[in-house]
Amino acid sequence: MPTEEVVRLRIAHVPEGRGTFTTLTVDENLRIAAYTRRDKAAVNRELERVFTYFPRLQERLQQQAGTLSGGEQQMLAIARALMLGPRLMLLDEPSFGLAPLIVVEIFRILQRINEEEKVSILLVEQNAALALDLADHAYVLETGHVVMSGPSSVVKNDENIRKSYLGY
Amino acid sequence: MEQFLQQVASGLANGAIYACVALALVMIYVSTDHINFAQGEMAMFSTYISWQLMSWGLSFWFAFILAVVLSFVMGVVIERVILRPLHNAPVLSIVVVFIGLLAIFNSVAGAIWSYLIKEYPSPFPKSSFGIAGVIGPHQLGVVLVTLIVLGLLFAFFRYTPLGLAMRAAAQNPQMARLVGVRVDWMLALGWGLAASVGAVAGIMVAHIVYLDPNMMAGILLYAFAGALVGGIGNPGGAVLGGFIVGVLENMVAFAGNQIEKTTGIYIIGNGEKLTVALIIVIFVLTVRPAGLFGRVVVKRV
Repeated sequence: MPTEEVVRLRIAHVPEGRGTFTTLTVDENLRIAAYTRRDKAAVNRELERVFTYFPRLQERLQQQAGTLSGGEQQMLAIARALMLGPRLMLLDEPSFGLAPLIVVEIFRILQRINEEEKVSILLVEQNAALALDLADHAYVLETGHVVMSGPSSVVKNDENIRKSYLGY
Repeated sequence: MEQFLQQVASGLANGAIYACVALALVMIYVSTDHINFAQGEMAMFSTYISWQLMSWGLSFWFAFILAVVLSFVMGVVIERVILRPLHNAPVLSIVVVFIGLLAIFNSVAGAIWSYLIKEYPSPFPKSSFGIAGVIGPHQLGVVLVTLIVLGLLFAFFRYTPLGLAMRAAAQNPQMARLVGVRVDWMLALGWGLAASVGAVAGIMVAHIVYLDPNMMAGILLYAFAGALVGGIGNPGGAVLGGFIVGVLENMVAFAGNQIEKTTGIYIIGNGEKLTVALIIVIFVLTVRPAGLFGRVVVKRV
């Protein structure tokens, strides 16, 4: 199934790196994300809600996405995914190349989205401590194989995982 | 002075044509990185279609609109049928296809309508249009029509969701797919729009250069020069570049004529206009490859 049709099943993907249109404005980035949706009133409501999660984007509405900071671009990428009205969000290393403080902020927002919007999140992340805090269920992959899986709390307290991934 | 103004005005009229064709070239370039060498011949073919419609009794403007619509369909079909299978083909194959299209359009037009040069009417009334001594009725009409068309296109790309989707698809096809834009169709639409804009240019210029299968050959070169001057990846720049080239070629010829008149030495004149365009191409490519308004694209490998 081609990508653009998968999106129509309301599965949103936030790719690794900065998943934005760099030469389009923040506003255009958000509007293009709602391209597949016909109900314009719902899109406007969605836009309002997205701004409650990312007030910073509202301040930068007419700015070109490429001129945003790395953290803001990542926020825009997540906001863009949210504009699809997704049932499932796939995130590929949202912490990639960002300052630790920003990463914590973004993860806090992801948690809120998960709880308040009832959006399922599939997160691939090498920052194991953060990912395990956010996730309900975790899989540990090593060279492409699942070496362990279970509820996050269990995985987090596993001695081997602690030693090799969490570092204590 | 009056002569000077006339030269500027006719430069603007020519420039409007170049601007349209340059925009058509850029529209396809930004989304595919290819220059469609057949753009001029497609425009020529559209002009013949409008001529045919008129000879069947349609009024000028009705034939104009119908030809533009048919050109749109033609552009979409060419993309879907001929270029679609070549999406992953090497650049050279695509260049060969473009040259093939050029030859095909040229000879098909010759076969259907013959290579004899035909007169083409101007829709602008001689009595009420133009400013006496400055700009002729057809010239003014050409500038107005192209400005309207360019304005409509700008509004389409700037303010409609479909226009936004097309820009997004051109800027970053993979990302565009991630928001559900059907990128392949956006490409086809881009071809359709480019063919339509080319048709406008062809129909507007036919009264000046007369209708024949080779009418667009020189114009495509000027348009290419215009697109390069403005920056081949920048639609607004290409339009401005088209106007600049149009005025510049006339200014150079005008200056040449003045020099000849006062000193009797012939350096440059009307015959060298195309040379001017080609010199501009070489100059821009060597000194400022990104064009006046283009940005240098740095690709991370």
